[in-house]
Amino acid sequence: MALSEEITLTRTIETSWRTPRLWRFAGYLAMLATVIVIGLPVYWTVSAAFKTTGEIYRIPVTWLPTEPTLANFPQAWNAAPFERYYLNSFITTLGGMTAEVILAIMSAYALAFLRFPRKQLVFLLLLAALMIPVEITIVPNYLTVARLGWINTYAGIIIPGAAIAYGTFLLRQAFLSLPYEVIEAARVDGAGHLRIMFNVVMPMAQPAIVTMALLSMVAKWNDFLWPLLVTNTTNMRTLPIGIFWLRNSEGLINWGVIMAGSLFLIIPVLIVFLMVQRYIVDGIAAGAVKG
Amino acid sequence: MRERREWLLFALLIGPNLFLFGVFTYWPLLYNFYLSFVSWNFLRPRKRFVWFENYVDVFSQAQFWTIVWNTVIFALFSVGLTLLIGLALALLLNQPLRYRNGARAVLFSPVIMSGAVVAVVWSYIFDPRYGLIDQLLGLIGLNSPNWLGDPAWAMPAVIMVYVWKNLGYAVVIYLAGLQGIPRELYDAARVDGAGPWDRFWHVTLPGLSPVAFFLSVTSILATFQAFDIIKVLTNGGPVIATTTLIFHLYDLGFVSYNAGEAGVIAIVLFAIMLILTIIQLRYLEQRVAYS
Repeated sequence: MALSEEITLTRTIETSWRTPRLWRFAGYLAMLATVIVIGLPVYWTVSAAFKTTGEIYRIPVTWLPTEPTLANFPQAWNAAPFERYYLNSFITTLGGMTAEVILAIMSAYALAFLRFPRKQLVFLLLLAALMIPVEITIVPNYLTVARLGWINTYAGIIIPGAAIAYGTFLLRQAFLSLPYEVIEAARVDGAGHLRIMFNVVMPMAQPAIVTMALLSMVAKWNDFLWPLLVTNTTNMRTLPIGIFWLRNSEGLINWGVIMAGSLFLIIPVLIVFLMVQRYIVDGIAAGAVKG
Repeated sequence: MRERREWLLFALLIGPNLFLFGVFTYWPLLYNFYLSFVSWNFLRPRKRFVWFENYVDVFSQAQFWTIVWNTVIFALFSVGLTLLIGLALALLLNQPLRYRNGARAVLFSPVIMSGAVVAVVWSYIFDPRYGLIDQLLGLIGLNSPNWLGDPAWAMPAVIMVYVWKNLGYAVVIYLAGLQGIPRELYDAARVDGAGPWDRFWHVTLPGLSPVAFFLSVTSILATFQAFDIIKVLTNGGPVIATTTLIFHLYDLGFVSYNAGEAGVIAIVLFAIMLILTIIQLRYLEQRVAYS
């Protein structure tokens, strides 16, 4: 018994001495490959943003700008009303995110802590909403929004996408995993449901709420199809739509300007992401694995 | 009395969310059913009820079946490549490597970027004369195909960008799944004399299968909703080489203003997605039953 244990032990040490080293080397190789594959296109964008048009269309193509220029940035800024795009993107992102977070907290609290005779049905209705993607609703929703007179308005961009099912389930799960005794104690102290929601549940579930808010923010900031449909004037476009039209109007002529314009959109998102990537990445992973 | 008040609060909290879903999700689904039975150019007031004429029209076009084929090819290759490359990367990254979290963040960063802007950037990268890919192919003495202008290369180009953008999501989910496999299973396998290869086949892969299943279904559903990359990169072309069902729906609705045929496509898409979701739920149920 002791002998066989010793044998397996030495064997493990033997194999674990060689394979993991190779394996680890492969791991670093994979990391390097990843950084190159993801990084090169980004590098290409940044370097083009600092090249003159002459240089972009010179053969052989240069990897580093030979005569670096900053001119593309003001030129991109002036080629389209970017301050307006920023404003529109901020308003629709903030508005959409706030609506989703509030609705998700309210719905999740109700599902987690309140009694209701037809609760199963409500639950199923929300679950069903997950199965109806926005994309298939575009024609009827366009007609509704047009009838409401909301074409080219912030309401028209925000409200049709404000209801939230996924976030509701995410938060309900988080609320249910809170220590029950704390909530019970608040109830015994005579706190009503609204007090408990604001002063007990929301602070304790803060990480989950932040994750949900960030996911919602990214989705709204990048949203393309719906804002494309409900806006038809330049001054109501959001950033992604603006860049799309900039490329289309510039045609295939001025890549430096278009890459500079793309950076206007990518940079803020990347900065926010790098600051809070833990919340986003871990939140997504947790949501998927716990189901 | 107390109970009644709780019911009322429940309704008040969940009401707004359900109301919005009613107006902008359930109603559009029903309205799509109705639309699929009328002949209507939605810029004009006149509607005509035509029974199944739209369905017959849509299904009898050779173009429709090409589009279905495109959708299938796009889904299979995008999801297949993402899942396979993602699995390999996750396995390699799932060891105590330095900068591992940094690599994970880099990999994930395209996921949070706007698909529209990613596509704008890639349309420059694909430029057959001045683009990045032509430069890289030039290093090994090859010429770049006309990616976006050649019907044979446009779909591979779209798939490439889609995989580039979404790979990090799969890796993050896989990594979470790998962390979820209990250590003891590996130790037990090791004691039983299982080598690294056996451990991979008999512990890692079965342990990952729920996560892989979740990923494959959600990723396939996501490809059915992929719009921004296709719209910006190829606009569904050349001709219809990269038109998928969702793009066709947009095209029929907002380029041809054919509300009836757009309704048919919406119903078809909904049916496909519903079937996939039911398969997923069935599988989850089974898993719960067995474990």
